[in-house]
Amino acid sequence: MSLLRAIGSEFQKVFTTRMWWLLAILLAAYVALMSGGFGAFLGWATENPDAAASAGGATPVPPGTDLAPLLYSFASSVGYVFPVLLGALAVTGEFRHKTLTPTFLAEPHRTVVLAAKFVSQLVVGAGLGVVAFAVSVGAGAAALAGFGLDTGLDSSDTWALIGRGVLAMALWGAIGVGLGVLVVNQVAAIVIVIAFTQFVEPILRVVASLSDVTASIGKFLPGAASDALVGASFYNLASLGSTETLEWWQGGLVLFGIAVVATVIGGATTWRRDVS
Amino acid sequence: MASGIPIEISGLSKHFGPVTAVDDLSFTVQPGKVTGFLGPNGAGKTTTLRVLLGLEHASAGTATFGGTPYAALPRPLETVGAALDANFHPGRTARNHLTVYATAAGLPKARVQAVLEQVGIDEYADRRVGGYSLGMRQRLALAYTLLGDPGVFVLDEPINGLDPEGIKWIRGFLQSLAREGRTVLVSSHLLSEVQQSVDEVVIIAKGRLMKSGTLASLELDSAPRTIADSPDRPALAAALDAAGLEYTEGRSGFIVDEPDPAKVGHAAFVGGVELAALHRLRSGLEESFLSLVGGGDES
Repeated sequence: MSLLRAIGSEFQKVFTTRMWWLLAILLAAYVALMSGGFGAFLGWATENPDAAASAGGATPVPPGTDLAPLLYSFASSVGYVFPVLLGALAVTGEFRHKTLTPTFLAEPHRTVVLAAKFVSQLVVGAGLGVVAFAVSVGAGAAALAGFGLDTGLDSSDTWALIGRGVLAMALWGAIGVGLGVLVVNQVAAIVIVIAFTQFVEPILRVVASLSDVTASIGKFLPGAASDALVGASFYNLASLGSTETLEWWQGGLVLFGIAVVATVIGGATTWRRDVS
Repeated sequence: MASGIPIEISGLSKHFGPVTAVDDLSFTVQPGKVTGFLGPNGAGKTTTLRVLLGLEHASAGTATFGGTPYAALPRPLETVGAALDANFHPGRTARNHLTVYATAAGLPKARVQAVLEQVGIDEYADRRVGGYSLGMRQRLALAYTLLGDPGVFVLDEPINGLDPEGIKWIRGFLQSLAREGRTVLVSSHLLSEVQQSVDEVVIIAKGRLMKSGTLASLELDSAPRTIADSPDRPALAAALDAAGLEYTEGRSGFIVDEPDPAKVGHAAFVGGVELAALHRLRSGLEESFLSLVGGGDES
């Protein structure tokens, strides 16, 4: 009962400040640009292989590649940073604005508050996932249809991919909560999210793919696990990552495990400290 | 309305590494009165209140509401209303700020509008708190304490930052809460700030209890004295000696340990000494407060 109330309170916290829709708009714009832009470029390249070859040197896509899943998965493969940020801010914002005092006065059981943040950010992450896939499917399918290519929207595989993508985005929201409670300094948390998702992990994935031994470790990197869960990513296309991937459900378990472990460790350390 | 229950602090200590913020502190705050929790900055007032509210862990001892620690209260916001520091998310409106916590505590939404009106900020309730003045933030912090209509109030420096009108308002407000039988604990580092609104005082310094009792008993602690001066001080000294009065010499004359100026005047008359000044030394309350806490702020 108190957990349900705390979850309701956490949702109100998210939706009574401007950050959620700022991030949602940025996410939609970013995904639209990537999915629509690449869709248009790949569509043009498929239609004019000779021109593309002379302009880009090589055909970007192996012949016969199904473009639809690649374009649609931009929603999670580039968009996952947004639910992580929102999840981390849900925790670090309480420290930054010293609102833990009224929060813990209203609900003195701190574990309940943290569990409520975890659950609410799962749902908020899923919501961001719905937004991101609506945009990536809309922009990507429009681009493909414009060049007379298959949009894959009549295939159940496509919809299964979208469903797994929304799940991935939900799990990233929970990972954000775990990160936020481990690194309660808001600026530090934001820097870590941006640096890790945009630079550190992409480099690690490329480096790990260079040998078989590291590739078997690299597939457990969170971004790789997320792509495995979704089932498609431009990383694979661009040969940035290893071709070795986890099963989709294994990828989901890796993400869930990271979220739970980080949240539990943070909950047993920073979350228990004196609130000043 | 929930009934007032006593606040019980017993043998409470709190250490931050080598620093002792609260040192074996014990006192009780009774319902039906406004109790001032006084001491200079750094005396340990806020730390005591934070431990009482379960926000910090005690190093030793207990701090409870009628025997129950805050975290074990079944419905905390309906038992205790606490305002520690006026901190809010600047991007959230006052109404949404209160709604968030009303939801967490399972309180009806109608309470939000009711407390906004009660503290007089309902007109500004849909503005973001980032644009609020310090006085409006103090009122919003008070609104939070009222959400659950509790029987106990714990307020840390609630008068800080209020304008004269706000100070007058909060004095009446605290008194009315106490008259309804609630427990009201108000901290301040200035006795003069709260002396018109408190019935009882708990005075601490360096984390230790200095005094606990009625405001009137604090006044009795410092017997009023008399100041007398003369153009011929040696003659006045002789006259006071002859009358058997104890005194010390200060810049503005002799401070005589005698509450009645008439007796000092008589001693001078008997000694044939001309007086330049003769009056009662005022502000005994503030003086006895300062002597209890060691002369003033240390931090």
